Amino acid sequence: MKKTLALLLAVCMMAAMLAGCAGGDDADPTKPADPTDAVVDNTTDPTVAPAENAIKIGGVGPLTGGAAIYGNAAANGAKIAAEEINALGGLQLDLNYQDDAHDAEKSVNAYNTLKGWGMQVFLGSVTSTPGVATSQEANNDHIFYLTPSASSTDVLGGVANPLTGTVDIARKDNVFQMCFVDPNQGAASAQYIADQTLGTKIAVIYKNDDVYSTGVYQSFDAKAKELGLNVVSVTTFTEDTKTDFSVQLGDAQSKGADLVFLPMYYDAAALIFTQANAMGYAPKWFGIDGMDGILGVEGFDTSLAEGVMLLTPFNADAEDEATQSFVAKYKAAYGEVPNQFAADAYDCVYAIYAALTNAGVTADMSVGDICDALIAQFTSMTFDGLTGEGMTWAADGAVTKSPKGMVIQNGAYVGMD
Amino acid sequence: MVIFLTRLINGISLGSVYAIIALGYTMVYGIAKMLNFAHGDVIMVGAYVCFFAISSYHLNPVVGVLLAMLVCTVLGMVIERLAYKPLRQAPSLAVLITAIGVSYFLQNGAQLLWGTNNKMFPAFLKGNALQLMDGQLKISVTTVVNVVVCVVVMLALTWFTGKTKMGKAMRACSEDKGAAQLMGINVDTTISMTFAIGSALAAVAGVLYMSSYPILVPTTGSMPGIKAFTAAVFGGIGSIPGALLGGLLLGIIEIFAGGYISTQLQNAIVFAVLIVVLLVKPTGLLGKQIREKV
Amino acid sequence: MNKLKKLSPAVRTNYLTYLGVIAAFAILQPLAMRGKLSPTLQGQLVPICAYVVMTLSLNLTVGVLGELSLGHAGFMSVGAFSGAVAASALQNAIPNTGLRLAAAILIGAVFAGVVGVLISVPVLRLNGDYLAIVTLAFGQIIKSIVENLYIGIDAKGLHGAFLKPLTSLGEGGRMILNGPMGIPNITKISTFLAGFVLILVTLAVIFNLVNSRAGRAIMAIRDNRIAAESVGLNITKYKMMAFVTSAALAGAAGALFALGQPAIVASKFDFNTSILILVYVVLGGQGKMWGSIIAATFLTVLPETPAMRGLADYRMLVYAVVLIVVMLVTNSPAIKSFFSRFKKEQESETTKGGEQA
Repeated sequence: MKKTLALLLAVCMMAAMLAGCAGGDDADPTKPADPTDAVVDNTTDPTVAPAENAIKIGGVGPLTGGAAIYGNAAANGAKIAAEEINALGGLQLDLNYQDDAHDAEKSVNAYNTLKGWGMQVFLGSVTSTPGVATSQEANNDHIFYLTPSASSTDVLGGVANPLTGTVDIARKDNVFQMCFVDPNQGAASAQYIADQTLGTKIAVIYKNDDVYSTGVYQSFDAKAKELGLNVVSVTTFTEDTKTDFSVQLGDAQSKGADLVFLPMYYDAAALIFTQANAMGYAPKWFGIDGMDGILGVEGFDTSLAEGVMLLTPFNADAEDEATQSFVAKYKAAYGEVPNQFAADAYDCVYAIYAALTNAGVTADMSVGDICDALIAQFTSMTFDGLTGEGMTWAADGAVTKSPKGMVIQNGAYVGMD
Repeated sequence: MVIFLTRLINGISLGSVYAIIALGYTMVYGIAKMLNFAHGDVIMVGAYVCFFAISSYHLNPVVGVLLAMLVCTVLGMVIERLAYKPLRQAPSLAVLITAIGVSYFLQNGAQLLWGTNNKMFPAFLKGNALQLMDGQLKISVTTVVNVVVCVVVMLALTWFTGKTKMGKAMRACSEDKGAAQLMGINVDTTISMTFAIGSALAAVAGVLYMSSYPILVPTTGSMPGIKAFTAAVFGGIGSIPGALLGGLLLGIIEIFAGGYISTQLQNAIVFAVLIVVLLVKPTGLLGKQIREKV
Repeated sequence: MNKLKKLSPAVRTNYLTYLGVIAAFAILQPLAMRGKLSPTLQGQLVPICAYVVMTLSLNLTVGVLGELSLGHAGFMSVGAFSGAVAASALQNAIPNTGLRLAAAILIGAVFAGVVGVLISVPVLRLNGDYLAIVTLAFGQIIKSIVENLYIGIDAKGLHGAFLKPLTSLGEGGRMILNGPMGIPNITKISTFLAGFVLILVTLAVIFNLVNSRAGRAIMAIRDNRIAAESVGLNITKYKMMAFVTSAALAGAAGALFALGQPAIVASKFDFNTSILILVYVVLGGQGKMWGSIIAATFLTVLPETPAMRGLADYRMLVYAVVLIVVMLVTNSPAIKSFFSRFKKEQESETTKGGEQA
């Protein structure tokens, strides 16, 4: 009995795998993929009916693994936007998000999967490390690329290294960003701190195995030297040591830092606030857009983040109608308050929609033509979204929108100016 | 001096968390002779259970911890029964790979069940920090609790394996399974029991880990799992006092490496020290020197 | 055919392994050239070759030498970064991409081999899990070092910095390796053909080693170290030989992999990657090279198949279940006895056939 059962299992598995392999060979990149191919397409919500003439928009992000929170937020945000647009009845969008587990190799695989599906416009990678890889691929294939949140300059290319002044990667002309590019954030933070004389002795803690954190730090460092800011302590942590910050905080405290700059995501920052509180260390904290979301951490004692300053493009508590409606929909669908990744992805889909309609793109156009049309649109149009008004894009791919200086008071963001 | 002592205390605090996890690791290794890579993920499950008990159902933290222990014990036994027991006769590497499969399963299962959003573990260990040296040196309640629990667990385990009938059976199984069976010891029950105890310890470790480093995600368990495995080998795998010693030393070295040398190379230094120690003491600090029989 | 039968089973298996690899290449290459493969599979051809070489090289340590290594990705990392930096630096010196790739792979193998010699010093003194933890530690150290390494190039040549980023480069210079950001723009020069050749070379190296006097010595050490020592085998020499060869091959695989990716970062080659390769080795069978090839190919392709992609959120969960079930099934006594009976029948048939002929 056992024998038969085990054998049956083995046979079933082999069959399932063979079926999988065979499916992989079927897809032919030269002919447009069959829109009724439900197997590939079921990551899209069933309510988004993929119409015959829908524009296929693909996205890649970490839907599993340690960075899954960012990928899922972006995928959910984009999905809400696509549903809203499709409900308008005009140009239809068919959205497909694939998992990359925050790994460059898997992101290339995911990108190729989307190519096989017949993707026409690419929402890019959610995180920076895979983003560098996928942007390179999309550049080779000339597919339009608008990333919600991969903020490294390496994604765009053509930006000078803040330290050596060399341009290490050529500009990828089809790549655009919805988020602030890292150096802008670092330099803007240094400028803001200098202008407002927020601190006399400054400490920095950054994550030195992370592209985003290191990129912001390097430009902050360059700008801080230029402005003569007194940086007394610079310490780092990595993915493997992101639990205990006693050394970093101890160093800052013993050198008398009265302002600590935290270019990092909010999960590590939440631990830093908790541990600093336990140590009885209470400097001013200054964060960047990755800090957004800290108030949404389930169970977080928001009093610990009291007085934290951050530059962020999105505020879930904003009173305008668009934000309110988005936040309400997101909460209803996913039971959480959306963070900036969700908002950025939501804006991405709307920006692409605007550009598509302006350019009169139809689903039967070739990928290359769509790309050219969208590049022309993006470098000339102005876009209003949740994460900023009057956004424009230069030919370098970076977005121009004003970061909102926020400070956390009584568990909510308040504008700093 | 104050800085040195502060770092020492921080190191002990971090090390005691590693030590508790390492105790569970070393227990299972000692008896079942397998590296249970899923141990770190059982910690994560324990932490989630306790989190929901306290945050969502507003239970008393003690009840939360007990509930987590119960769930983890059952989970550990189920894993053992379904995934490891059929491989009792298989090569040790096959079991290792299965353990890795279980680890993936738990992580991804947790993600599907509980989502990917960060959860902040409630601080239930409240109280004023001990103040020494005119308030320059602070020892938090968490640190004290960690160290106390760690020592208590180690003593209890030493007593258990040394004095009780079950414990003696475990030691017999660890020496020679065949001979133990001939002496009338039920090897399967004994191993199952070991997993139960190891997993219950994992739940405790998860809660203590979370009270020190309260960000909870489905991958929370993997890094402390690797570090604790390192700690267990450092101290001599299979040795209960060795796990405690290894854990504490690992924590202290980690903090000192970051504090006195470089935070960028913190991890590299920890592992370099480990290699040097193993060069001098090839079976870990308190590991048994295995005599080779010809 | 009769000639094939006369060969010893081991040699026959080796020939069949070569044959299988060549056949797979002969089928896939024309399909790939004509664009008949799905873009996903097309993109995975080079990584598959790299993982196959990785798995073969780890099988040399785990299967043939009999030591558990948990840091094999460290060697891959050394090979990947040294190879990719070399390829980038040699861009003008060797315009031919094929030659440049060969040079890069060689450099990757040499660097990884040298690191292999260094790490073999502690490795040779330890056994079992203690050895495993040293390799794990080594993998972590390599990762930390590469994350803090900055390499740039200008007219004067290569410039390097450790811990602190480079702050100046001459006119027309560029950064190649930028610490935690890794190498963000690799000119892809790895091809499926190169990967195929590297697999054949790897097989040749391993089969020649295993079937030589040294190989028999290595396996004797694996099966009974004390007995091997007592007949006068130089344990240190043979262990080191196997370990360093394994490291160098992993380095070559790393270089091949890196030069087929648009960008690489140090954290790619972490503990999880080491474990992934180990899974391939165990699933394919320790010491069985053909098993390694099949397992590595199969498990690299599996998570990317439309069927698995279609599972969306459940993909990795299903992958985990597959892993567990495969281990349970392949190690279940019931299945084993079934296969061994089948094998016996087959064997008795062949002997019968032999007698008749």
